[in-house]
Amino acid sequence: MECQECQKRPATLHFTQVINGNKTEVHVCEVCAKEKGYMTYPEEGYSLHHLLSGLFNFDSSQMGSQQESSFTKKDELQCPKCEMTLSEFKRVGKFGCAECYHTFAGRLDPIFRRVHSGNTKHHGKIPKRKGGNLHLKKQVQEYKANLQQLIADEAFEEAAKIRDKIKELQAEMKDKEAGDNS
Amino acid sequence: MTLQQFMNEAISPWMREDGPDSDIVLSSRIRLARNFAQVSFPIIAEEADLNRIHQFFEQEYTHASFQDYKDFEFIPIEDLSPIEKRVLVEKHLISPHLAEKSKYAASLISKNEQVSVMINEEDHIRMQLYFPGFQLNKALEKAFEFDDWLEEKVDYAFDESRGYLTSCPTNVGTGMRASVMMHLPALTMTQQINRMIPAINQLGLVVRGIYGEGSDAVGNIFQISNQITLGKSESDIVEDLESVVRQLIDHERKARQRLMDQSSTRMEDHIYRSYGILKYSRIIESKEAAKCLSNVRLGIDLGFIDDIKRNILNELMVLTQPGFLQQYAKKSLTSNERDILRASLIRERIQLEK
Ligand SMILES: [Zn+2]
Ligand SMILES: [Zn+2]
Repeated sequence: MECQECQKRPATLHFTQVINGNKTEVHVCEVCAKEKGYMTYPEEGYSLHHLLSGLFNFDSSQMGSQQESSFTKKDELQCPKCEMTLSEFKRVGKFGCAECYHTFAGRLDPIFRRVHSGNTKHHGKIPKRKGGNLHLKKQVQEYKANLQQLIADEAFEEAAKIRDKIKELQAEMKDKEAGDNS
Repeated sequence: MTLQQFMNEAISPWMREDGPDSDIVLSSRIRLARNFAQVSFPIIAEEADLNRIHQFFEQEYTHASFQDYKDFEFIPIEDLSPIEKRVLVEKHLISPHLAEKSKYAASLISKNEQVSVMINEEDHIRMQLYFPGFQLNKALEKAFEFDDWLEEKVDYAFDESRGYLTSCPTNVGTGMRASVMMHLPALTMTQQINRMIPAINQLGLVVRGIYGEGSDAVGNIFQISNQITLGKSESDIVEDLESVVRQLIDHERKARQRLMDQSSTRMEDHIYRSYGILKYSRIIESKEAAKCLSNVRLGIDLGFIDDIKRNILNELMVLTQPGFLQQYAKKSLTSNERDILRASLIRERIQLEK
């Protein structure tokens, strides 16, 4: 079996990951496991700092050090809001502002996977006021999952009710969006 | 000031109440980290921005009340003496990290000391709610309501896919640490705890001693908390933590029973020796005091000692910390002086029970 990440090397690590309650089988090679942050349970004496620097060092060794030094100076990612650079973030292990999350977005999944046991997406509370349509959106998602189940169970009467509820919520969302934009 | 008066001021009112399973779980806590969307995080923010946040909290929440959490006091860290800071840390109302910061760091504490909000710590806002005994669900419910109340006036840094955005990647998502403080003397005596900790770690939970340094659990008091904040909902995190705590309570009760079945006289001897030390010693180090307090508390739970209230352990664990001793003495003390005062304060506290 080949590695699902690089599709080159043979997969040597096989395990099941549980993310948001869904089980997925993972088959990766040693190199990708490290690089993509699949090694979820750090050994004893782990610290986030080591974790981050270890992760990034791996990146740079791949690139070759000479290439990196000339490369980082010119094209290094920098947050437009707080001016934190990617290398500062690596060194400190802390974000400078909310915008950093967008600036460094492409580099974050492996870090989050390592720190949060394979997870990269939030699955919890939404701000009550600021969350706005997100609450409705979440509700619609739940109804939709419910609907699929009802159809699979051939409970069509129930399913019709749920479908109406979804329509109602979607209309409400449209109204809200229109309201927000005016 | 008499000891009674001092204790009335020193011990958080909620600590006097009994909660579910409070023979083993001393307290439950929920902490939520939040940030202002438009302001850089404290590690990098301009002073003027941090000052704005500081002033915002002072103006909006001084003497404000929310449900049972009344008459919030706004305390700029800068205004505190080193001993006063230490006392707040020992009461777990502020973190050591906040105490070290001074400019623009502040804390907002409800009259009953059940809620404290740390301002301009690693994140702009870290609110924590405490409940006596094992009440994580209640604590979570109240923390959500309190969070909503703050959000009425604060635009949180929130992202649909990453959740609540925090300065450290280890807190992103829910921004939540749920924890319980547990007294586990029998699991420690039988050394079962050493085998259980790695298994608990495997489940994404962290176990550590509360007092003392490193993993050394002084007074056999352990804190269990979640490590993962991203990808699981708050209630799932709490549920997972709860089920582990349930099992620990169960194992601890069984271990206590087994110790009693095997050697109740030995246990009684062990407990009364500790009681004797607390009652009669004239110099006592904090480690020895913690060990004896843990034994006496176990003696109360097992029914050997019936003339002392259970919360003596929680109370004296806090009161015999260096910061409190120095506040009681109203001056700084050498470690020898502290050991003498600690012994006398414990003797006096036991006398109060009569
Ligand atoms: Zn690969
Ligand atoms: Zn930034």
